[in-house]
Amino acid sequence: MTQAHIPRSRPAGDLHTETQLVSMGPSHPATHGTVKIMLEIDGEEIVEMDVQVGYLHRGFEKECESGTWYQAIPYTDRLNYNSAILANLAFCMAVEKLLDCEIPRRGQWVRTLASELSRMGDHLTRLGAACLELGAMTPFLYGIEARELCWDLQEMLCGARVTSNYIRIGGIQRDLTPGFLERLRSSLARIEALLLDFDKVVTSNRIFVDRFRRTGMLPLEKLISYGVTGPLLRAAGVPLDLRKAEPYLVYDEIDFDVPVGSIGDNYDRFLVCQEELVQTIRIIRQCAPVLEQTVGEPVNVADPRIRWPGKDRVFGRMEELIQQFKGVTEGVKVPPGEAYAAVESPNGELGFYLVSDGTGKPYKVRCRPPSFANVAPMRDMLVGGMLADIVPTFDMINMIGGECDR
Amino acid sequence: MAAADDLLAKLRALLGADVLDVHTHRGDATILVAVDRARECLQRLRDDPGLAFNVLVDLTAVDYLGREPRFEVVYHLASLELAPPGGGFSGIRHRLRVKCGVPSQKVEADSVVALWDAANWYEREVWDLYGIHFRGHPDLRRIMLYDEFQGHPLRKDYPKERRQPLIGPRN
Repeated sequence: MTQAHIPRSRPAGDLHTETQLVSMGPSHPATHGTVKIMLEIDGEEIVEMDVQVGYLHRGFEKECESGTWYQAIPYTDRLNYNSAILANLAFCMAVEKLLDCEIPRRGQWVRTLASELSRMGDHLTRLGAACLELGAMTPFLYGIEARELCWDLQEMLCGARVTSNYIRIGGIQRDLTPGFLERLRSSLARIEALLLDFDKVVTSNRIFVDRFRRTGMLPLEKLISYGVTGPLLRAAGVPLDLRKAEPYLVYDEIDFDVPVGSIGDNYDRFLVCQEELVQTIRIIRQCAPVLEQTVGEPVNVADPRIRWPGKDRVFGRMEELIQQFKGVTEGVKVPPGEAYAAVESPNGELGFYLVSDGTGKPYKVRCRPPSFANVAPMRDMLVGGMLADIVPTFDMINMIGGECDR
Repeated sequence: MAAADDLLAKLRALLGADVLDVHTHRGDATILVAVDRARECLQRLRDDPGLAFNVLVDLTAVDYLGREPRFEVVYHLASLELAPPGGGFSGIRHRLRVKCGVPSQKVEADSVVALWDAANWYEREVWDLYGIHFRGHPDLRRIMLYDEFQGHPLRKDYPKERRQPLIGPRN
């Protein structure tokens, strides 16, 4: 961007001051994401700013269009690398909507558990990193220790800590590994203890509160006009959560609350995320007994045209070997049509709009990224505020470059 | 499915002949309108008190190369009901997909930034990746790619392997 893009909105006046143009980013230690912010500042006050995204654009949609439906799933991992399972889930739910298939009950419970684990990892990163970027190292380590426990559980689920590639079209990669639920119980107890420690160090800390309270606010009408969703909208008092508003998987059978804030400043956002972690643990605790009772039930759809039978059966039988071969080489044949499916990701509504022409490759894969919609109003949140408000606001928006820029 | 049909009946009553086509494939209510009428229709969908589509969830485009109109601009709308202070229902009343065809001779559509702020970045993205020009957009520059980039990569006639010349540092 050239200097001409930013209007000099405040004349020098009689004080003989002049505004200064500062470029923050694209790689800056206080922004956990690659974004460039062009700032026009008057002393410490922000007069104008231009947020420039796109540094992590890698042609996600173009790549998805060139492969089969299955080959798109690993790309969805790399959207929001803190909660990869939720991106897998949103994509697979949209494909399943096109296929008009329903996965078995146990599969839905496992998916719910996996989504909540993923959400927990994301929120822990957001809260921990927010503290770190304000100079508080200790709470960051509490958050990261808890996230490690989440990621260890994810590793037990699917063999990978970050890029899970766990949800499949018509089911999941594999059922829970032996010993998973015991490990889950002990990890949850430890995570709860860490959250309490985290809360003690941060939530009523004067330095922290002063940086967060009454910063980064935006009127509710503006938030709605910008299509902001997730904790940012809930912090402003709107209890919109797709898990309640348009229940998918088994969320309508689970008892949990949707926390809301009152004025929608960064402090409210922080508290909403903290409470969502508590609710997530509550949801996971309700999943565990159901998964214990339904051991051995199928997790994948029985149709081999959608989900192939799995290695244990492929090695012994001709028919299933052929199904696996056709499944891998040709992929699933999705009937022509279009569909939009969305899940509640840690940042808000994560949707996929898919168009199929029936050839076995996606014609169009559009990801509706919550980060993109949430970063767009950042200028309006910050103009008129102080330079120091940028970091807490950016942290609570939780821009994930991989998802925003695709 | 019944809810989607009910919604489409209301839309036909509101928009009349502007609705060129409808479908409810897999439960998603979808209408097709003419590109020149799209902005007017969207404004009425937003302002009608019974429909009140106050959220532009998503805006994207699809390139149907080899067919006319070649492009389609796709709007995903939602009607978010806000509970009155003190509690009550708050959720999504209904969702709607609005599409309009854009011919290859005139790759233009009207901007809806004045209706929803969310359209600002979405339209910049569609301009960047599909080259659809939005009339009346306040700041239509590339958002994902850099200014020197040649072409619009999500068009179906843009080869995936094409490489762009490197640009030097800008200062």
